[in-house]
Amino acid sequence: MPTTDPSQIEVDGIKIDLRNRSLAALLAWLLPGAGHLYQGRYAKGGLYMVCILFTYLVGFAIGGAHVVYASWIPGDRRWHYVCQLGVGVPALPALVEGWRMKQATIVDRDVAGRVSGYRTPASWEPLFGGVMAPPRRPVREQEADEVSAWYARHGAGYEMGTWYTMIAGLLNILVIYDAFSGPLSIPISGRKKKTEDDDEDDKPADAAPPKTSGKRNAGKPDSGKTSTGKTSTGKTPAGKTTAPARSKASK
Amino acid sequence: MIPISPTYLLYYLPLLVAISLVYGATRHEDMSLVFRHAAYTAYWITSFMGIIFLILWGVGYLVS
Repeated sequence: MPTTDPSQIEVDGIKIDLRNRSLAALLAWLLPGAGHLYQGRYAKGGLYMVCILFTYLVGFAIGGAHVVYASWIPGDRRWHYVCQLGVGVPALPALVEGWRMKQATIVDRDVAGRVSGYRTPASWEPLFGGVMAPPRRPVREQEADEVSAWYARHGAGYEMGTWYTMIAGLLNILVIYDAFSGPLSIPISGRKKKTEDDDEDDKPADAAPPKTSGKRNAGKPDSGKTSTGKTSTGKTPAGKTTAPARSKASK
Repeated sequence: MIPISPTYLLYYLPLLVAISLVYGATRHEDMSLVFRHAAYTAYWITSFMGIIFLILWGVGYLVS
């Protein structure tokens, strides 16, 4: 009888207790890998933490600590920050600096009352020595401003740093999903390999009664091209059979 | 030959390692399978990028 508790799953022959999945997902967002550490998945938690924070910090460093900032004014719509925000706490100071900049920004208007530009008062100072602070206004595309100075100073590092930090944030979205639901079980690409399991699947249902092993990724570990049905949580496709799980002890 | 410094390409390596490992880990729980999947992913990405590079390099050679 398969269990219906969504927090109890088995993947690669390893039983996983996802505990409070929402809390794990929140922790995973706040600090990459923290959700997995909370669930007792220490190896994966450590791997996520090292990989994502390393990527984020390398990008942050080669970009001169200016690649992560929050800004949404004409000429400086920093959509990249939406991706960077996926990394959680390490990107949150930018929200504080962005809010402070917004409060300090002077909006110039023409005689008709339309917005003609934005200015940052000379007296305004960022909180953290300019780290994660938006550029001083005005910021105009293709004109000399603080953003162009950052580009000039860091060269390719500014561009690559932006990409690194964005990718770190996007990778953490996958990690949040993993903390909430366990490993993905959809094929990544390409053709599905024809295996004995599939041959069994092709048989009529009355000839091969479905098993409800409640295991994910069981028996197809190697190429990553294929993946079996899902869990014992009711997600397993009807009639899908899974090969016996490879247990840790058998290695 | 290549319009950028070859050292620029070194930016690719840390990203490749991080992306492959994280992606592999989101697909498996057994760490040995994670590493195998990561190796496969790195191979796939590198092959794909290599093919794109060769195409662009060939196009650049033809038009220059």
